[in-house]
Amino acid sequence: MKEEILNLLKKDARLAPSEIADRLATDVETVAGIIDECEKSKTIYGYCALVNEEAFDKPPVRALIEVSVQPERDDGFDNIARKISKFSQVSDVMLVSGNYDLQLIVVGDSLQDIAGFVSGKLAPMNGVTSTRTHFMLKKYKECGFTAEDEEDYERLSVTP
Amino acid sequence: MSNNGQSKWLATHIAALPRSGIRDFFELVSEMDDVISLGVGEPDFATPWGIREATIYALEKGHTNYTSNLGLMRLREVACDYVAANFGMRYHAAAECIITVGVSEALDLILRAILDPGDEVVYHEPCYVSYAPSIQMAHAVPVAVQTVESEAFALEPGRLEQAITKKTKAILLNFPNNPTGANLSFEQKEQVAQVAVRHDLLVITDEIYAELTWGEACQSIAAFPGMRERTIFLHGMSKAYAMTGFRIGYACGPPELIEAMMKIHQYSMLCASIVAQEAAIEALRNGRADMEAMKEEYCQRRNVIVKRLNDMGLRCTPPEGAFYVYPNITCTGLTSTEFAHRLLREHKVAVVPGIAFSSAGDGFIRCSYATSMENIEEAMARLAKFIAK
Ligand SMILES: Cc1ncc(COP(=O)(O)O)c(C=O)c1O
Repeated sequence: MKEEILNLLKKDARLAPSEIADRLATDVETVAGIIDECEKSKTIYGYCALVNEEAFDKPPVRALIEVSVQPERDDGFDNIARKISKFSQVSDVMLVSGNYDLQLIVVGDSLQDIAGFVSGKLAPMNGVTSTRTHFMLKKYKECGFTAEDEEDYERLSVTP
Repeated sequence: MSNNGQSKWLATHIAALPRSGIRDFFELVSEMDDVISLGVGEPDFATPWGIREATIYALEKGHTNYTSNLGLMRLREVACDYVAANFGMRYHAAAECIITVGVSEALDLILRAILDPGDEVVYHEPCYVSYAPSIQMAHAVPVAVQTVESEAFALEPGRLEQAITKKTKAILLNFPNNPTGANLSFEQKEQVAQVAVRHDLLVITDEIYAELTWGEACQSIAAFPGMRERTIFLHGMSKAYAMTGFRIGYACGPPELIEAMMKIHQYSMLCASIVAQEAAIEALRNGRADMEAMKEEYCQRRNVIVKRLNDMGLRCTPPEGAFYVYPNITCTGLTSTEFAHRLLREHKVAVVPGIAFSSAGDGFIRCSYATSMENIEEAMARLAKFIAK
């Protein structure tokens, strides 16, 4: 039940507990209780909307940054990853396998803004050995959603 | 040329076929704008992209020919593996399986292959609108057994047995059922199987909705003792894989029957579209996750629509499978046709009158939940207003 509820919320965080209860054929109290518990335990650690920022007057600039770091003896990558996460400019931080270690998404007002963050804050950090910045040009899909719907094809309205 | 609006050239048994009740209603609906339709018997999802992409690739590679009359061997192999894994019967791809243009064609083939004029086929109503006409087109006599609400629209073996005569050649089954959503339990299938064995009848089982079951799924009736040699198992890609427009179905059964079906298919159809067959291979090999995701969505819609209907006082048996609910509307005092027509005119919601599926269907309507949750919620809100009047 818990996973079913979480999967529904991942697809639509605005579903009311009563709607979730109807879909899963259970009662509101059960659903509300589970959501509450998940929020307290940080299984659910936030809700946000997927926004097409091209609609903004001044769309923010995003960059995907590959970071190589020197892992620490006791903490591995955790300590440095946490430190990087604390910067408000950094929206996503992931440890990945492959040619580099951490993958970040950094948000700023302009290219210069992000360049300044990388050269002034990120690259000089203790443990960071190299960075590589890719500016995001256009987003096609996020969290399973696309901003453009597939064109509707007309279906017959009554069929056997 | 015309006699009662009919051409004098028509064959008697074709002239005698009734027009499908669904067609009349469809014409009415298509003249109106902004209708929310719960009248649709096909998935609202487009075919999963992985399958569409593989179809395009098949075209790119120039797979544009006729195939073997039986269908691509690769498809028959994956279909037989799929049936073995999910239904409990192992068929030989080379001799016991034929790829058809939808379950529709497979049904027509088996009926034409086995029926002599005057033979009877026992089927259960309410059912898919094609059954009785398909039997009639094969010059045989359809004999309906009613399934009833108080028995959750399952086929009662005693009533089935009563309908059997010396002329009965086959029993035609469809569970999970269109339009009731009913399914048969293990015991019920066992009992129906025993009736078939006792009377030495062929069973044609249309399991097109098999993946879409909401309760406990169990093996096909073909997997029961004594059944494999007397059962034609029909399945296809239309429903669970959202591939209605590809027109791919298949039949599995004893080699002599498949051979006879192949003869008719060879002369009348030649083969199913190769591009669609390639798509079906991709779906059966790699489409499971996409299918499961659609299934989960249908299940949630089912829970919502059943609750809304019962809450507004339209009693409805929770469907065990397919994507239909079949609520009882007798409390409104309207016939199913009056109900559907008034609901359409006054609230712009299309449902199919039960009379389209059974002579005893007048106290029921069929609502399909193969439409978005938003549409379902809006349609239910309108329906509740209509009922309250
Ligand atoms: C019970 C049943 N059998 C067969 C069919 C036809 O399926 P196909 O698209 O495979 O011809 C349908 C379609 O609505 C159906 O409901």
